[in-house]
Amino acid sequence: MNRRETLKALAISTIGTGAILTGCDPVDKTKAAETSGAAAELFGQTPEEIERNRKIAAEKFLTAAELSTITVLGDWIIPKDEKSGSASDAGVPAFIDFIVKDQPRLQTPIRGGLRWIDMKAANMYGTSFTGSSKEQQQVILDLIAYPEDVLPENKQGAAFFTQLRNLVAMGFFSSKMGIEDMGYQGNKPNAWDGVPEDVLKQYNLAYDEQTLKECLKIEDRGKIMEWPA
Amino acid sequence: MGFEIKTKGEIYDAVIVGSGAGGGMAAKILSEAGLKVALLEAGPDYDPADPAQQTQLKWPYQSPRRGASTPFRAGGDFDAAYGGWEIEGEPYMRDAGTEFDWYRSRMIGGRTNHWGRISLRFGPHDFKRRSLDGLGEDWPISYEEIKPYYDRVDKMIGVYGTNLNMENEPDGFFLPPPKPRLHELLIKEAGNKINVPVVAARKSVLTRPINDSRGSCFFCAQCNRGCSVYGDFSSSSVLVKPARKTGNTEVIVNAMAREVSVDAQGKATGVFYVDRTDLQEYHVRGKVVVLAASACESARLLLNSKSANFPDGLANGSGVVGKYLHDSTGASRSAFIPKLMDRKRYNEDGTIGMHVYTPWWLDNKKLDFARGYHIEYGGGMGMPGYGFGGGIERFNGKYGLKAGETKKAGGYGASLKNDYRRFYGANVGFAGRGESIALESNRCEIDPKVVDKYGIPVLRFHYQWTDHEILQAKHMQDTFEQIIDSMGGIAMGDKPGKENMYGLAKPGQIIHEVGTTRMGNDKNKSVLNKNCQAHEVNNLFVVDGGPFVSQADKNPTWTILALSLKTSEFIVDQLKKQNI
Ligand SMILES: Cc1cc2nc3c(=O)[nH]c(=O)nc-3n(C[C@H](O)[C@H](O)[C@H](O)COP(=O)(O)OP(=O)(O)OC[C@H]3O[C@@H](n4cnc5c(N)ncnc54)[C@H](O)[C@@H]3O)c2cc1C
Ligand code: SF4
Repeated sequence: MNRRETLKALAISTIGTGAILTGCDPVDKTKAAETSGAAAELFGQTPEEIERNRKIAAEKFLTAAELSTITVLGDWIIPKDEKSGSASDAGVPAFIDFIVKDQPRLQTPIRGGLRWIDMKAANMYGTSFTGSSKEQQQVILDLIAYPEDVLPENKQGAAFFTQLRNLVAMGFFSSKMGIEDMGYQGNKPNAWDGVPEDVLKQYNLAYDEQTLKECLKIEDRGKIMEWPA
Repeated sequence: MGFEIKTKGEIYDAVIVGSGAGGGMAAKILSEAGLKVALLEAGPDYDPADPAQQTQLKWPYQSPRRGASTPFRAGGDFDAAYGGWEIEGEPYMRDAGTEFDWYRSRMIGGRTNHWGRISLRFGPHDFKRRSLDGLGEDWPISYEEIKPYYDRVDKMIGVYGTNLNMENEPDGFFLPPPKPRLHELLIKEAGNKINVPVVAARKSVLTRPINDSRGSCFFCAQCNRGCSVYGDFSSSSVLVKPARKTGNTEVIVNAMAREVSVDAQGKATGVFYVDRTDLQEYHVRGKVVVLAASACESARLLLNSKSANFPDGLANGSGVVGKYLHDSTGASRSAFIPKLMDRKRYNEDGTIGMHVYTPWWLDNKKLDFARGYHIEYGGGMGMPGYGFGGGIERFNGKYGLKAGETKKAGGYGASLKNDYRRFYGANVGFAGRGESIALESNRCEIDPKVVDKYGIPVLRFHYQWTDHEILQAKHMQDTFEQIIDSMGGIAMGDKPGKENMYGLAKPGQIIHEVGTTRMGNDKNKSVLNKNCQAHEVNNLFVVDGGPFVSQADKNPTWTILALSLKTSEFIVDQLKKQNI
């Protein structure tokens, strides 16, 4: 479906809400291609898996308009701050585009949730979510972003937003940018020699003598173990 | 065109079915003794050092689904187990009203490629449970008989841990354990306060090398992805590799065994299999047949091997094949530890999973259930991936607030983004793994109607927990809360109660399937003798979890390895003496 058709579909299924406009840029195609280049990268997959990833990457589910809405919502959830970029800077829309094809059970909640939000915007402002102003978008978000404080008529929107928040956060923090932001230091060869001194101090902890005696001495790591006969 | 069954290869000294813990050990021992071995494996070849197969040290964003699970890998894109709870074209059934989940991994090394590496030898009590509490059956062997084999497995494969001086947690030959991580020190401190022992874990990871052919661990916490320097134990890297090196083992991959063949005298003559790649049928012949396809699959093979001499399945005169199936009990809980918020970042990957654990520490005479459990711990600043950060709305409105500050749960924007950083590494997981009672009524049998895509009749499971297991899970939940309280933590979610069996995992879900071809001295009540040799067919052996009479409160694999080593040497000896 192209953008015009999507608009038309949206308009047709919208009863008595007047015109719906979208006012956002289509999702950045190159960025999407980069991060969902499933088959391009070798990460130890079997031929069957590579084939399946290729197939899924080539399929289409979310429309350009839906992806635009996801992009806007994603950047509301994880905006750029002094430490790192936004969800869309980290390629989150491309991740969501892929994962809803990979896990079809996500399709109806995500598509339906996006439509719910557009309907809310249409009812309140006579336009789509992305067509609303920043201030208007924020009013809508405040209705659904706090699951313990939601009006009954907004419960479905809140459930959708919780699900989207989870997807956006996992997409962001599992990206290169997000992992750097989180400060995860591992996934590389190293020598674990216990909790750093200053951290032990902070928690008022210490390795007891017995533990120190039993545990690996880091300088022995290369020495072949021998046991007394 | 007729239907042809091709004969494959020479007449081998031994045909082994399955290359996991039990089969890998058998292949190594038999081939090193100079015997000619055919090792049949239903899955493809696998080597974690092969760049085309390596998933270790990959980043989540290299996978378009960030490492989520797929129909090909239940454990996700990076996990070293091809397969999982379901395998396409290979169904299994369950009797109405009963449950069993069956985890299969099809590849060289089987489930040892991604297993947790928790390597606990059984203790003296674990072989004599009936004598101690009147339930189940004693093993026909004692700890003393198997101890020398455990000792050799320790040295051959490598396991870190400490001697505990606890009667039923025997000493071994250990490599030095890695130091506990921060959350593990807190667990240890909490345990001390309430008399729950927290000691060094026992894991088959080389904190120090044991020979020149395997590298030592470089602490990436990814053993479940398979170690490219062979610093962890998997059958593929540590057993099948040297077996191949002898030149005496022919590994036949993609070979799905369907039946054991027998001659008119009732001796095993080999194995029929279908090649999964060309779908042709083959017969491979051997003087000895060793089954190691996993406890349930080996039972399936026997039950499907019917002949005039064995109308109810091979070696099944007792009718016991498939019965006494049992899995470990399991229950879990997680907790949020407020003082672990806003953590300083450093690399605490360590070895896979836990560096400390809790062995069973109580006396059942004072409790309302039989048998014990151990506790496994999880936590730390792990690599973010699929699922990361889920459920923040359960935390960020309640915890980590400054005095007087209020905040609504959930939200969006810069403050939410910061919350993810603040809560990173502040959760701890608790998992109890305990011993169930082996019952005749818990079983797998051949489904009368259903076959898999190769036409092989499939298994149907029938399994129900009893009060012993349910009350044990209740005790686990109480203990978890005591430890959490003692740590100043907050248990997450509602405490599982009676209505959901205290969170007791479904049978099969702990993936310690054992008991389906149990050993014993009485051939009317057991399938194998104490040498894992079929009572009725003296050149047929089983070396997976099938021979277990009872699964202890320990994970099974170290015992599978020790028993397979013992059995394999018995086979060498018997062939030499021409007894079989
Ligand atoms: C997630 C997970 C974590 C675990 N953690 C631990 C742990 O920490 N400690 C522990 O002790 N245990 C653990 N286990 C259990 C451990 O993996 C098993 O006990 C062990 O692998 C069993 O070895 P096995 O030789 O019986 O069978 P497997 O390892 O299952 O190997 C059987 C092999 O036989 C092949 N096969 C099956 N059917 C056929 C056929 N018809 N023809 C030819 N080949 C066939 C399979 O493809 C497979 O390669 C864990 C398991 C899982 C899944
Ligand atoms: S934790 Fe150690 S043994 Fe395990 S995969 Fe990493 S380097 Fe290898």
